[in-house]
Amino acid sequence: MTINNETPLSARALKLSNLVKGARDTIPMLVGAAPFGMIFGALVSTSTMMPWHGQLMSLSVYAGSSQFIAAGLVASHTGMLVIWLTTFIVNLRHMLYAATLLPHVAHLSARWRWLLGFLLTDETFAVVAGHHQQPLSATERRYAHWYFLGSGLAMYSNWQCWTLIGLLFGTLFPGLQNMGLDYAMVATFIAIIVPQLHKLPYLAAAVAAGSFAFLLRDLPYKLGLLTAVFVGVTVGMVLSRQMLSNKESV
Amino acid sequence: MNYTLLILGMAVITVLIKAIFFILGDRLSFPAWLNQALSFVPVTVLTAIITPMILAPHGENLELNLHNPQLLASLVAVVVCLLGRRQLLTIAAGLLSFFLFQWIFTG
Repeated sequence: MTINNETPLSARALKLSNLVKGARDTIPMLVGAAPFGMIFGALVSTSTMMPWHGQLMSLSVYAGSSQFIAAGLVASHTGMLVIWLTTFIVNLRHMLYAATLLPHVAHLSARWRWLLGFLLTDETFAVVAGHHQQPLSATERRYAHWYFLGSGLAMYSNWQCWTLIGLLFGTLFPGLQNMGLDYAMVATFIAIIVPQLHKLPYLAAAVAAGSFAFLLRDLPYKLGLLTAVFVGVTVGMVLSRQMLSNKESV
Repeated sequence: MNYTLLILGMAVITVLIKAIFFILGDRLSFPAWLNQALSFVPVTVLTAIITPMILAPHGENLELNLHNPQLLASLVAVVVCLLGRRQLLTIAAGLLSFFLFQWIFTG
């Protein structure tokens, strides 16, 4: 198919191929999210919420770690406003993801931007940001939003399925949420983080963020997490400036 | 508590956080230092989320020992990721070794 003389059919084929490629590149993330979705469903099924509340949360909130935290807060009888505030803070990182991906979606229609924003998760961010770090052809860049959509839809449908499985089997196997299935998130994030640590400032930023997150883990409302991110980013910035000025002075 | 209201409120908060920059996009332009700062966000956020889960998996004290399946499996996952550079392989190795270690230590 030629790019200059594009028939509607070939445009459709290009959209579809980018959609499929985005979904395919997300497969590793689907494996990691599966146990996590299941344990979330199991957690809801044994709580005071109705099972359909769990599915509604996966369908409408669609942010794994905040869903998880909310289910835990409901179980400990936390008030609604505190849960909303916690949701806000835990999900703030998506704002930074969106800022990073903004150059690749700014030209799209408002409908597309709402849709891709809704589908933004840690995993889809990692896949889409990785896609844009590669040398892309003009057509791949032009249809990169279909790649984004493919990754997002794959994650979304996977999340719905595994939530449902967790809801259905959570009451049958009450031990499900004590099996340590949340470790799947750790393994997934390791697979995202480690390839990014090849430069010293990024390694130092990660070490600083991890240390502070651990030391401040008992602060309420995930304030420890936010502080850790702030410290990590600052360390990374200072180090890369220093390396730059060292290079200039040599 | 009205759980439906709770969930819909969470949904509105989350979608606004995720989409606000995409929607305001045309009117925003970031200075270079901010773009550089943003490049550190994924790695710091994700590390900050998982480090406490690895080092203190029961939410209490530091468990820096060889009977901590989370810690051992994470070491396996990091090594596999460095050697193989394959995400699926890393996740599978991390998960399988986690279940293996957990089974050994509790069984």
